[in-house]
Amino acid sequence: MTIALTVNGQSRTVEAPPAATLLDVLRNQLGLMGTRYGCGLEQCGCCMVLVDGEPAYACTREAGSVAGRAVTTVEGLGTAERPHPVQQAFLDEQAGQCGYCLSGIVMSTKALLDRNPDPSRAEIVAALDKHLCRCGAHQRILRAVERAATALRGGRPA
Amino acid sequence: MNAPVLPQSLVDNPRLDRWIAFLPDRTVRIATGKVEMGQGVVTAIGQIAADELDMPLDRVVVLSGDTVTGPDEQYTTSSLSVEMSGGSVRLVCAEVRAKALERAALRLNCSRDDLSVVDGAFRQNGQPTGQDYWTVAAEIDLAQAVTGNAPTKPSASYRVVGQSVPRIDLPAKLTGAAFVHDELPADVLHARTLRQPCRGAVLASLDEAAIRRAAKGELQIVREANFVAFVSPTESVAQAAAAAAPAQARWANVRRIEPAEQEAAWLRGQPSDDRRIGGWPAPTSPPRRPAGITVSRPYVAHASMAPSCALARFHDGHLTVRSHGQGMHPLRKNLATVLGLPAEAITAQHLHGAGCYGHNGADDAALDAALVARRLPGRWIRLQWRREEEFGFEPVGPAMLVTLQVDLDERGRPADWTTEIWSATHVQRPGNSTGWLLASEALAEPPPEVAPFDPPEARGGGGTRNAVPLYDVPAHRILHHLVLRPPVRTSALRGLGALPNVFAIESLIDDLAARVGEDPVAYRLSILSEPRARRLIELVAQRADWPARGPAGTGKGLGLGFARYKNRAAYAAVVAAVTVQETVTVDRVWCVADAGLVVNPDGARNQLEGGIVQAVSWTLKEQVRLDGQGVASLDWQSYPILRFSEVPEMQVEFVAGAGNPSLGVGECTVGPTAAAIGNAVAHALGTRLHDMPLSRERIMAALLKS
Repeated sequence: MTIALTVNGQSRTVEAPPAATLLDVLRNQLGLMGTRYGCGLEQCGCCMVLVDGEPAYACTREAGSVAGRAVTTVEGLGTAERPHPVQQAFLDEQAGQCGYCLSGIVMSTKALLDRNPDPSRAEIVAALDKHLCRCGAHQRILRAVERAATALRGGRPA
Repeated sequence: MNAPVLPQSLVDNPRLDRWIAFLPDRTVRIATGKVEMGQGVVTAIGQIAADELDMPLDRVVVLSGDTVTGPDEQYTTSSLSVEMSGGSVRLVCAEVRAKALERAALRLNCSRDDLSVVDGAFRQNGQPTGQDYWTVAAEIDLAQAVTGNAPTKPSASYRVVGQSVPRIDLPAKLTGAAFVHDELPADVLHARTLRQPCRGAVLASLDEAAIRRAAKGELQIVREANFVAFVSPTESVAQAAAAAAPAQARWANVRRIEPAEQEAAWLRGQPSDDRRIGGWPAPTSPPRRPAGITVSRPYVAHASMAPSCALARFHDGHLTVRSHGQGMHPLRKNLATVLGLPAEAITAQHLHGAGCYGHNGADDAALDAALVARRLPGRWIRLQWRREEEFGFEPVGPAMLVTLQVDLDERGRPADWTTEIWSATHVQRPGNSTGWLLASEALAEPPPEVAPFDPPEARGGGGTRNAVPLYDVPAHRILHHLVLRPPVRTSALRGLGALPNVFAIESLIDDLAARVGEDPVAYRLSILSEPRARRLIELVAQRADWPARGPAGTGKGLGLGFARYKNRAAYAAVVAAVTVQETVTVDRVWCVADAGLVVNPDGARNQLEGGIVQAVSWTLKEQVRLDGQGVASLDWQSYPILRFSEVPEMQVEFVAGAGNPSLGVGECTVGPTAAAIGNAVAHALGTRLHDMPLSRERIMAALLKS
């Protein structure tokens, strides 16, 4: 089937088998490798992307269901040379070890801060609790989200 | 003058050009056999080179895990990378710096003593000379063997070492492609496998037609004896075929596992290879004041966030493999054994993967990919394990049962100490050429079974790791039962036997303190003369406000654990604060560590924190379930790990290095953390839990019993 969608602000048209997942389309057809396969079961969060601004598991999401919608991946935020403030905050806190879980966590963070610019620690934990991190970088990640929130508010309290 | 004692890595790879090359773009390439697994080793080794060469860090490019140009440093294990590879790079760079200065002095017709190095350029009496490493590089004979004679810099002069330099690999991981999983060469073929359920199982039938119907696309089925792979230009087709395959396969000669085999208690009485370690002094007989403890840990998983993955291409008789395994040189030799190729016909290159924390499926996936590549020459094969395959077929950390029996002196201090350990092997790495990779067991002629063994005591032991208490004990002996036939493949997991052994020792010490009515910290200090150890325990107690520790049995607990990893790497003292209701919550953890010279303080703190979180997870939550044909906990629902909402607040710090050499930190916190939690839970409940994980069922059982 032909699917027309917006990915990271650009209109894209892909040919995909009816049961193809969004993750498969992003990686194998659009070459966006920052969205990662972890479990295929919505249990780990490595594949988290934004669909119309809301976090969505790309590993189980049928590609056909995002026709006409806007998908954002970690590549849509920033680059290694010009990172988005959320990515920069993670770098500033050195919030990660192996990094495999991070792109999904960054996307959930983006969604959280878009709807709540000054989240409490408990609200951040609640937003990230669907994500697993095996290296144990959790506390750094929580600090990075707080730092990103401050940066996105221009350093001002909300 | 005696020749200096070189690190083993330099003995094995003496030529300077295995380690260092000056590149035309005015960078220097430092090669290491150790690989990045998220622990920051590539950055740390770059820092060491930058300082020793007097070069800015951004001119140092670290090449890691490459069989073509890099040194063979075996596996990236045992918290040895900074000590071993970093120590080697330091000596190599010091020697190359000296040689470069010699050449520059000749060119400038001056004394070497007049020259200094600033940002990679040579100055004469402080003035620029136009000479630098790159102008003289061609005149330095890097084919020479390292001597180790060039003096290295005094640590007081370090500018880059000791700084919290940001990790150089992290930006890519936050913004896009970064892992072996993310490499898609042109015309790549995707592959998945059908796994042989156990060694010796025979594929009696496979309904290939049914699998093709389920795959719904172009599919090749590669079969070699009991190894099967599904290959397609479309990843989802290969995945669908593999998902459908187990139901279409009939296996003969499959071993059944009884549920009791998943518990550590099963190990006692199994056939084992028994070793006595230590002097085996004659015990006081009969013991005058006996005390003891038995603790256990179940099988636990590495549970990497990513399924194992590898790329392979067989082209013109040469095999190229890209893998996230922990040692590319050993991988190359083992692939050579299994495939019947000379090692020179294989190139193995490391690309980053998700954290592995030990020996997981990475090497096995590399063989899987190579087997497919050999059958489909000329094409890149990208082989990725399925999630259930990762949980089901990674070699797991072995279950352990540890019993300590002591005889106390009249002051209630241990005078005689016997440790008895039951465990399957902690290393089934294929090593240097056994060919012992998972798929080799499925081939027509599997390599001979290797008799189980553990790392020798000189390398820190396996099941016996950290079994020798650091406390002052006049007589100590260990009986190690290496259980020969565990129900599941076992191998190295962060810390090896350190976690259960430290848990046992530190639990017993708390019990002994209670027996004489003494505070656990004061009791420890009364039997511990090692000054570095004493200092850490005193400091961590101070940080955690230990004197304010309340009475036992309130549901709130504070507990301490201490060890020096392998009794020769970094020291760590940990205090955990817990709340116990129906389950255990670890509220806060304090950790003070002594790792000598710390190359990258923030990176090393990250390692301490990661070890703490992982140990909390193992201690409270994790157990590999076995059932029927093998592992039954095949996803994150059935194998839960610690989540954001469960992670404790942490305060970690290093004491100043005080001129001591670097000690590996990656694994030093796991034992002390588990022990601190065990002691904190005992304090909270007023009764001890002996078996990990410290689960709700066990809390209930302990409370009923008391």
